[in-house]
Amino acid sequence: MSWDDVPAGSSGLEGLPLAEVRSAALERAAALGCSHAEVRVERIRSQFVALRDGHVETTVDDTEIGIGLHVVRDGSFGFAATVELNADAAARLADDAASLAAETSSALGTRVEVAEEPPHGEVRWASPYEVDPTAVTLADKVSLLEDWSSRLMVSGTVDHVSARVLAVVEDKHYADLSGTVTTQRRVRIYPVVEAVAVDGESGSFESMRTLAPPVGRGWEYTDGQGWDFLAELETMPSLLAEKVAAPSVEPGTYDLVIDPSNLWLTIHESVGHATELDRALGYEAAYAGTSFATFDQLGTLRYGSPVMHVIGDRTTPHGLASVGYDDEGVEAQSFDIVRDGVLVGYQLDRRMAAENGFDRSNGCAFADSPLHVPIQRMANVSLQPAPGPGPGPSTEELFSGVERGIYVVGDKSWSIDMQRYNFQFTGQRFYRIEHGRLAGQLKDVAYQAQTTDFWGSLEAVGGRSTYVLGGAFNCGKGQPGQVAPVSHGCPSALFREINILNARAEASR
Amino acid sequence: MSAGDRLLSSPQEVIERALAASRAEGCAVIVEEVSQAEVRFANNTTTTNGVRRDRRVAVVSFRAAGSDGSPGFARLAVGVASGSGEVEVTELVRASEMEASGASPADDAAPLIEPGEHDATEFDEPPLSTSPAVLGGVISGLGEAFARARSAGNRLAGFATHGVETVYLGTSTGIRLRHVQPAGTMELVARSADGTRSVWSGAGTSTFEDIDVHAFESRLDRRLAWAQRKIELPAGRYEVLLPPDAAADLMVAMSQSMSGRDAEEGRSPFSAPGGGTRVGEQLCPLPFDLRGDPAEPGLESSPFLVTGASGTDVSVFDNGLPVSATNWVEKGRLRRLEYHRAGAARSGVEPSPPVGNLVLGLPGATASLDDMIAGTERGLLLTCLWYIREVDPVTLLLTGLTRDGVYLVEHGEVVGAVNNFRFNESPLDVLARATQSGATERALSREWGEWMNRTAMPPLRVADFNMSSVSPAT
Repeated sequence: MSWDDVPAGSSGLEGLPLAEVRSAALERAAALGCSHAEVRVERIRSQFVALRDGHVETTVDDTEIGIGLHVVRDGSFGFAATVELNADAAARLADDAASLAAETSSALGTRVEVAEEPPHGEVRWASPYEVDPTAVTLADKVSLLEDWSSRLMVSGTVDHVSARVLAVVEDKHYADLSGTVTTQRRVRIYPVVEAVAVDGESGSFESMRTLAPPVGRGWEYTDGQGWDFLAELETMPSLLAEKVAAPSVEPGTYDLVIDPSNLWLTIHESVGHATELDRALGYEAAYAGTSFATFDQLGTLRYGSPVMHVIGDRTTPHGLASVGYDDEGVEAQSFDIVRDGVLVGYQLDRRMAAENGFDRSNGCAFADSPLHVPIQRMANVSLQPAPGPGPGPSTEELFSGVERGIYVVGDKSWSIDMQRYNFQFTGQRFYRIEHGRLAGQLKDVAYQAQTTDFWGSLEAVGGRSTYVLGGAFNCGKGQPGQVAPVSHGCPSALFREINILNARAEASR
Repeated sequence: MSAGDRLLSSPQEVIERALAASRAEGCAVIVEEVSQAEVRFANNTTTTNGVRRDRRVAVVSFRAAGSDGSPGFARLAVGVASGSGEVEVTELVRASEMEASGASPADDAAPLIEPGEHDATEFDEPPLSTSPAVLGGVISGLGEAFARARSAGNRLAGFATHGVETVYLGTSTGIRLRHVQPAGTMELVARSADGTRSVWSGAGTSTFEDIDVHAFESRLDRRLAWAQRKIELPAGRYEVLLPPDAAADLMVAMSQSMSGRDAEEGRSPFSAPGGGTRVGEQLCPLPFDLRGDPAEPGLESSPFLVTGASGTDVSVFDNGLPVSATNWVEKGRLRRLEYHRAGAARSGVEPSPPVGNLVLGLPGATASLDDMIAGTERGLLLTCLWYIREVDPVTLLLTGLTRDGVYLVEHGEVVGAVNNFRFNESPLDVLARATQSGATERALSREWGEWMNRTAMPPLRVADFNMSSVSPAT
């Protein structure tokens, strides 16, 4: 669905005094001498429904509306925001933001500049979706989750089921002093079902979650467009039963074939965040952290093996970070981050671009709320599948090159250090690979590595047929904290000699 | 708010308008007025500074039970919206009622709370606000601190934020409550220009009157001096000294796993083998108390429950429920898990709503962290923990990193800075292996402080802390 297909009257911004608000804010900011000003009017509707063992536990229907104004005055930065939606309030925001810029200028060490961006005039954009998920009734949402829950609860293996869906419709109106005026709608949805098997005698339990990723789609996603939920649910009880009975992993070094349902998160943490230029330059030193991929290594850092090709892309269909224009009025782009295993690019906003000699931002500014300031956030950062005209290796063909290894499926626990060197991940399922074939599940597996060692051990990537777009709704960064939705596509991939821990043994003493 | 919609000027007016518009058998309305100001800085310069005002309105509609014998009210729906227009509030009430109308009975259904003696007369008072002026001392101090850092070859980064949230609760049973919650944090990181030394100091505060940028600099200077000598140590198990901030990182994580229902269902670290919960079990040899108390001096939090959404152990039916002092762990023995009223009634226990602060203490412990350093033969002094995630929910095994300062202590003195580590530990095991506790003081969890900054913890000495691997990060 393009913007032209969005039904009249369904935009969350209709009826709001957009022109009056943006004019009042920008004209006042210009009159106060601001060299740069951006105003956003947003309406973000989020619906969350959660069932526990087939009964409704939580329902939330949240609508956030507000105005945020970001200015640069005399090289100092100011931001002000309110939920009051009228021209007077918007003009007051300009006063507040400009005053704050002046008040904090005494502590200013570096003047703020923003990179040039050509004005785009008045433009509109909508992410592709068919059914607005927030227009689906609560009863229908509950009914779907009840059905999914019941499919698992009939199994003798499953003791408890959690089923939930989070759906978001984000309407955003943006204008700046250059003349760019954008109106955009993004729709996203994340249904999840988790089954739990309890061993009451030992006091132990195991769980398994659906692998279906969050996506930039509408309610049609729950009906089979982009994922076959019913097929996945049908397999879960037997997979969980196998996991419960599986042997605990022997710690040591193994070759890993990592499924896209797990690898997306490793890419997110070890490549996506590490190649944010604000982090690399120290602007997140107090919170999210810095990066081992320092700016002086651009073009020379050996990030991984030569088969590693990673792009940043804000145009990916159904990608959670896809937009028409970012929150600084920059048109969405696609760009290389790692090519042939070498660091060749960073994710930028306009301030980072200007400060470091780039002609233009590559469009990675985002604010999760009208009340929050845009900061550099992640594009859809994706590992490319095997190139070439053919289909490329299947996941089974990757297994065939492994004598003793583990196949990792689905994400679960994740953690990485503040410079993105040392990480540890678990997953939903783990399978032994013996002599090139799967040989049953293992449990209690965690893999641990240093980022460049890990990507250096990447021997092969699967073909286009193995490529899946994973992602998350809740990538955290910034102070005050902001969450951003982001997708990561990747193929299955083969890594050699990775350190495996036994999670249960780690807790023993 | 739509164009032309009349602004409802006060939160009390919003509540009364919503309750008057309600056609449901029961209704709860929550208005949160938020005023916030912040200054962020890095590389010896300010970066993103902001002020904001938010008003969020939540309406919960309850439909009476059918003939199935379920208690007083049986269904809920929630609407939450920014703004405060008259039309919008009425629409919010209608939307909430519509969602409530066709739904099935709720597991957490209970009669709505009736007004009680705790109802505060301050309900009629206006919301409080903050402004950048609260941070004036910090802003002026930072300019000088940046200059000193530049001359010393260091870079400062950090965040100072102050907010005031005024919450109003009104229900169809007549409850009218108001709570004012100020909250602030100050965090300062100093890094050497080459990035090889990095130290952190943070504090929670209600007013910023107790925040002195110079005092922060002094603490950081001491640690930067410790880091002049670098010592490489391998992964392994070490005796560690956890400062109060690091203890908070672990105890707040543990407090999020104290669901009574999860424990009863066998899917919690507090589930007992053979069924039931571990309530009554001795968790650790030292007689620690872990508690929450809305009246805790300096850490005051809401004395009544207010929630716009139900969860496993929190219920919208309990809005207005008095929150009192709760001992989760007493003399090292697990005493309470969280329950809403409906769950507590089913399980035959007292309701235990969450409390807005967390305090760990060992009665009689008076040692300071410096005392404990002086009493250490060989061990690691940590600063704080970071990127903490659950690895195994059965044991509550957590992983994470040490951050911004690990120091080797030998013969009672800090002898140098050690590389960072990834740890794999359960806070339950940490309590069980704690061999010494110092005096409890206000602490700020680096990991969780943004949403739980009202904690008080002691420094802890813990044996055999599992440093699973080395992190080269600094």
